[in-house]
Amino acid sequence: MATPKEMLTTWDEVQFGAVLPAFEDPEHKKRSKFHSYNYTVADWRVEKPVFNRELCIDCDFCWVSCPDSCFLVEEVLNKRGKKQAKIVGINYNLCKGCAVCVEVCPTPIKSLLMFPEYMDNEEALKQWPKKD
Amino acid sequence: MALKYELKQKEVWDGNMAAAHALRQAQVDVVAAYPITPSTPIVQNYSQFLADGYVDGEFVMVESEHSAMSACVGAAAAGGRVATATSSQGYALMVEVLYQASGMRLPIVMTVVNRALASPLNIHGDHSDMYLGRDAGWIHLVANNPQEAYDLTLCAFRIGEDERVRLPVTTNQDGFLVSHTAQVVEPLQDEDAYKFVGEYKAKNPMLDTKNPVTYGAQTEEEWHFEHKANQHKALMESPKVVKEVFDEFEKLTGRKYNLVESYKIEDADVALVLMGSAYETAILAVDKAREEGIKVGLVMPRMFRPFPYNELAEKLKNVKAIAALDRSAPMGTTGALYNETAGALMANGYGDKIITNYIYGLGGRDTTVEHILEVIRETNENAKAGKRVTDLQGFINLRGPKLSFN
Ligand code: SF4
Ligand code: SF4
Repeated sequence: MATPKEMLTTWDEVQFGAVLPAFEDPEHKKRSKFHSYNYTVADWRVEKPVFNRELCIDCDFCWVSCPDSCFLVEEVLNKRGKKQAKIVGINYNLCKGCAVCVEVCPTPIKSLLMFPEYMDNEEALKQWPKKD
Repeated sequence: MALKYELKQKEVWDGNMAAAHALRQAQVDVVAAYPITPSTPIVQNYSQFLADGYVDGEFVMVESEHSAMSACVGAAAAGGRVATATSSQGYALMVEVLYQASGMRLPIVMTVVNRALASPLNIHGDHSDMYLGRDAGWIHLVANNPQEAYDLTLCAFRIGEDERVRLPVTTNQDGFLVSHTAQVVEPLQDEDAYKFVGEYKAKNPMLDTKNPVTYGAQTEEEWHFEHKANQHKALMESPKVVKEVFDEFEKLTGRKYNLVESYKIEDADVALVLMGSAYETAILAVDKAREEGIKVGLVMPRMFRPFPYNELAEKLKNVKAIAALDRSAPMGTTGALYNETAGALMANGYGDKIITNYIYGLGGRDTTVEHILEVIRETNENAKAGKRVTDLQGFINLRGPKLSFN
């Protein structure tokens, strides 16, 4: 993403060693302007990952592995009454299309697959490979 | 707690042992290295100190020099005091990561034992590796003997870690001529050395997990220039800190270091500019030449980067003719020290000097008092004539028909 004008500091005010803090206020988890949540690279994406809830086993591998923290989760209780993160979707404002999530997804038929950017997600889900 | 190493007031150490003791006394947290001749004993001695309980830090075995410097970058970003050692091909393999270290402003100390670069393969001393690292954004200090290798390695931590600098530093010594030549070294006791170096202050440590930071960010055309300019400024202004550290070191030890060293330059008509162990040989040559009536002096930049161009020009302002001696294959132009010297003089309005270039000592080729005396005599011819009557670039102690360029 092109840098917004107000972020363009001068040579004497750049971040020391280009070291970027995640938080402006770590105590209260206030994200800094450099946090990838605020400074996204979604415009790098040429293909997008599509998430298939039907196949997902909520192992959370994708959630852990995604370099841009794209996975949307909901807190649910599992069968034994324990808290669990349920994957509910992808934040396309953050996703750069690296396909790491697809790579790590362990289900026999992947619960995440890359599709062309222009394709609707419903159409992508229709084209999902089936068990033979 | 690391054990105290009992040191005598005078020890007999070669340059490698001297550097290894300096690393030990600085209580480095992490040394990651891939040993290479002639710097191998630095790493070997250091790991022996560690095995014997004289070091508290970690020694990381890696599979290459690229990995060694990468591990150093990681450890320094994590928040530790970090050091390594290398030479020649190892240095060459590290180069990519040298730029990472300086760009991330990590004050790693690397003790370099200078050696030629292949091909053909050669394990002996010249300055090819130091010249290769010239633009990598590190401070490069040059030691001419084991005592200086020890002293400058201690100073390197202070300089690099200073708030106003925060840049990596190499201390250079000539392969074998310094690294494997045992001489008397007067070390500091462990506690005094550590007091001089001081406790390490981490800046933006990655191990501060409450405040996560990104190291190695990408900066494209809208950022890169500003970052590089900022980094360059820190390097350009570092000589002030170098001077302060040298002054403090003098107070502690009585041993004085300067941004530019010189010998009998005050009344000289002829000057040689050179770095490394040949400086000491040249001192003897100067004394002999003065017996012949040639008013000659020596100048040596103590740092190759940042280059002390104003101080160098100041030293040379009254001489008539200068020879700059480069211990590195010039490969297609005049030697780097020649270029720096010429530029420094021009920049300070002393463009009227006659400057010639000599290449010497490649791959450990012997350079004797007699060879340097010959250079002094030739340079004196230029001084007497008031113009250049010798070749622009000559080669010292090269076998075969005379080779020179104009
Ligand atoms: S493609 Fe990459 S950035 Fe996008 S959700 Fe998957 S892992 Fe994250
Ligand atoms: S890696 Fe695959 S199965 Fe695991 S949570 Fe993500 S989408 Fe679901």
